[in-house]
Formats: sequence, C-alpha cells, structure tokens
Amino acid sequence: MTIKQISIFVENKPGRLSDVTAALKNGGINIRAITTADSSDFGILRLIVDDTDKAIECLKTADYLVKVTNVIAVTADDKPGGMASIMKTLYKANISVEYMYSAFLNPSEVTACLILRVDSNENAIEALTDAGYKLLSADELAKF
Amino acid sequence: MAEKIYWDKDIETMEHDKMVALQSERLVKQVRHVWDNVPYYRRLMEEKGVTPDDIKGVEDLHKLPFISKADLRENYPDGMLAVPKSECVRIQSTSGTTGKRVVAFYTQNDVDMWENCVARAITAAGGTKDDVLQVAYGYGLFTGGAGIHGGSHKVGCLTLPMSSGNTERQIQFMQDLGTTILCCTPSYAAYIGETVKEMGISPDELKLKAGIFGAEPWTEEMRQEIEKSLGLKAYDIYGLTETSGPGVAFECEEQTGMHINEDNFIAEIIDPDTGEVLPEGSKGELVFTSITKEAFPLLRYRTRDICILTRGKCSCGRTLVKMCKPMGRSDDMLIIKGVNVFPSQIETVLLKDFNATPNYQIVVDRVGNVDTFEIKVELSDEMFGDTIKSVSELEKKLSADIVQILGIRAKISLVEPKSIPRSEGKAVRVIDKRKLV
Repeated sequence: MTIKQISIFVENKPGRLSDVTAALKNGGINIRAITTADSSDFGILRLIVDDTDKAIECLKTADYLVKVTNVIAVTADDKPGGMASIMKTLYKANISVEYMYSAFLNPSEVTACLILRVDSNENAIEALTDAGYKLLSADELAKF
Repeated sequence: MAEKIYWDKDIETMEHDKMVALQSERLVKQVRHVWDNVPYYRRLMEEKGVTPDDIKGVEDLHKLPFISKADLRENYPDGMLAVPKSECVRIQSTSGTTGKRVVAFYTQNDVDMWENCVARAITAAGGTKDDVLQVAYGYGLFTGGAGIHGGSHKVGCLTLPMSSGNTERQIQFMQDLGTTILCCTPSYAAYIGETVKEMGISPDELKLKAGIFGAEPWTEEMRQEIEKSLGLKAYDIYGLTETSGPGVAFECEEQTGMHINEDNFIAEIIDPDTGEVLPEGSKGELVFTSITKEAFPLLRYRTRDICILTRGKCSCGRTLVKMCKPMGRSDDMLIIKGVNVFPSQIETVLLKDFNATPNYQIVVDRVGNVDTFEIKVELSDEMFGDTIKSVSELEKKLSADIVQILGIRAKISLVEPKSIPRSEGKAVRVIDKRKLV
C-alpha cells in the first residue's frame, strides 16, 4: 500500500513558500505532511495532501513544476525506540531509505506517522507488514 | 638617442595616394589568387557576375561578394584554404562547437605579416628590444597569446610567455624580472591591478610603463582605472582570428582610436542591412579584406562589429586610417571574458543535454571589472527528478559541457517554469548589463 507524494521545484527566493501554500489554500487542499530539501539555489518541497489530483491541478495551473512519487506512510509507537525498531526492520530487509519525514496526523494518541521514501516500495511494504506495522492508505491519511 | 617610434616608418606614414596604389596592386593579385585556388570563392564571384578582370583597384572592391562567418562555418575545416596544406605552418581557431569553429591557416609569410603587425603595435606603445614584455593572454588556439608572443620576438623584447591565470605568479614575475609591458585582456589587467593592491604593492614598485589590452570591449573609465592601479599607459589593440589575430589595428600614444594596418587589411564601413558602402565617418559594420594573406585570404569579411573610420591627421605622424572602439554588434555575439559567445552555442549544449531546448536566458554583467556570466534554464517535467541530487547533477553536467564548448565557466541557475520574463510572448535570450559603450 503506497500513497502519492507531490514534489515541487522551488527556487530559493523570498516569497516562494508563501506562494505555493497560497495556491493550495485556494484549491481547498489540506496538507497532511510536508518537508523541504534544499541546495544553495533551489529547494524541493515535498507534500502529502488530502486530494492529490486536485492539488496537482492547482499547482500546474500556477506553473509549478510538479512530480508525483509513491511513498509509504507507516505508523509507529510514539515512544523511545519507536523509530529505531522501524529502521532496524528495514535494515534487516536490506532496504535503503532515501529520505523520510513525519506527518501532521496521529491516528491515536500513542502513535506517530512516518513518511518513507525507499529504494523498493514492494520489499519495504512486505518487511514492515510482516513485522506487524500498520501502513496507512490515502483515504486514511485524508481522514485522520 | 631618439626613441624609435615606428616599426615600419615607410608604411605607417605613407601618403594616402601611395597607400591606395599599394592596396590596389595587392588587391588585384589577391582576387586572382582566391579565384584560382578557392572554388567556393569562385562560385560566389560567378553568382555575382564578377571576374578578376573586373577588379582593377580599390575602387572596384564594392563589386566583390561579402563573406560572413556562416560561409566560414560551411567550409569548416579547410574549404577556404587557398594554398596546399603543405605550405601551411600553423592554425589558430575561434571557440565554438565543431563546425561552428573557424580554423584559420597560416603560411610562414602569413605568420610574419601578423607578427609584424603586432610589432607595430608594441612599438607604438613605446616598446623596444630593451623591454620586458609579459604575455598574460591565453596561449593555444586563441590568437591572443601566440600573436603577441610572435610580435614581441620580432621587436626583440625579452618575452615572458606566462599565459593567463595564476595572478600572484604573474605579479611575482613582474617584480622579479622587471616587466615593462603587460599584454592581456583589459578585464584581466584590471584584476591584476586589484590583486597588486590587495598584496600591498604600490604601482611605483613595478617597472610597468605600457599595457596592450584587447580581445574584449572596454571603456575609457576602465582604461583610467587600469592605468592608475598598475602605473602604466594602456593601449587598445584590435583583431580577429578570421583576419589573423590581434594587430589588425592598434592604438598610438594619442589614444583616440586604433590605426588599421592598411597595407594588409582594407577596411570598409557598410550598412549592415543593405550592404551598401557608407562614406567615411559614418557609423556602420566594419568589413575587412585581407590583401596579403596567402593561406586563408578573406575578401570583404563582415566582422559584425559596429564602428566608425576616420582619416584625420594624427599627432603620432601615422597616416593609417583609424577605427574607433567597436560600438556594438550587428549580430547576437557576446564577448565574455574575452571569449566570443553565440547564444546558439548554448542552445547546442541544452539540446544535447536535454533533447530539447528549454527556455533559457544569458545574463552578463561586469562586477569589479570582471565579467560575470550566468545561464538561467527553466526546468521542465522531464528534467525534474524529485531529489536534490538529480537536479544538482543536471546542473553540474550543464556546467561542464558549457566549459568544454566555450572554454569559460558559466554559473548555471535552474529556475522554475515560466519564470524567465517574455516580452510579446518571445523570450529575451540575452541580458547584458555591462555598460561598455
């Protein structure tokens, strides 16, 4: 079970993040997870939203460069060692994490949600599911 | 003893009528030479309905067809060669992609002619065999290093073949060997001047008396700055690979324009749109006919430099016609850090790297007398790969390919789609913020 992540190319100049988020606001899009990666001249804004198709439409209309990538949303126990055990599971299965970040949502008070970009979604899903982790679907992400 | 002020007094101070007679004699011979030896020229002349018999002197020059850079590219590498290759001793070349380069061939006589032109320039700048001349132009295919080097030998100066770069070493040699004449691009001279200051050296500690600077546009303000920072008198020099190299025209102590070596190059000013020859004193495109070159003779070569010619009396005593500093171009060529750059060369790189020509813009500026060169490229869907690494790699590849083609580095800026302004729907390809005229 994967979910769709939107990556947006943003130049490093004042006002760009404000403009992107305004475009999403105007489309009534709710952001469920967000992170930025940056170099000296540009950055990439990565987002999980409640309505991916509509968000892409909004961004493209505003001339943003957008790429869609399949990522995994996994829930973990919100306590010391919660993250460590997910990483250990992936490492044992020989899966590389390209990047990861946390989402704004908590399905319950004792869980946290982590977005993962790995080299093999298929292997990661199998490894995490076998280890008893719960993966979230796009609908669940929109709902929580 | 009075200082020798001319390298070739008879030619440099020749009466105009005698010069025209000399040019006419050489032109007639040159037209016959290309007609007999370069099929491409013969075809151009036939298309225009002109034969060597129609050319009896300089007054008939206007009957000949023009030659442009496009003709030279079409004949890459040796289609314009007028002598057997075995008679040639050297090539020099412009920057550019294969097929867009111009390769110029030289016989030994051509090299001697060129070096004598440079020797006139060095002499006009006060150079004699007692001088120490530092060549800080690039060596190699570029005509700057080789041309000045050869001219310096002719004069008998102690020649320091430094090439460009390694500025602290340049300054150390200036101090240790007592350089009296510095030759390089004006922007590099300005940079050396700044470095001298940063190193805490006063211009009085250097023995420099003259500088011969060319290969790129520069202003009077820049001249004054360089003269002050290095404690020398700065002379301009003009040339192009197609005709030989630096030394086609040179400045004398009056510093009011460059004397053209008319015994080798006939200059005309034309209307760039109609091709019509304009009267003396008019502003227009500069056209050269090389009347003494053997290997690579060009008749009516359109330089694309916008210029004015004047034939007033010069206080230096030279009668050679003077050209002003080029005032612009009649094509889209840019001169950045002394290197000729055409936007089409950048398009070639983009096409190769992206399989398409994305929207791009060249931004050139001059900061502290040094050119800055930036290429903005709008990223497209196909080019964008979700990670910083993939976009950075694209940037690096583009940067490396630009260096390979142009020989100079550009700052590559990947920008958002539609962020490069368009006027009337058409993208503005070049923004040149330098104030050079």
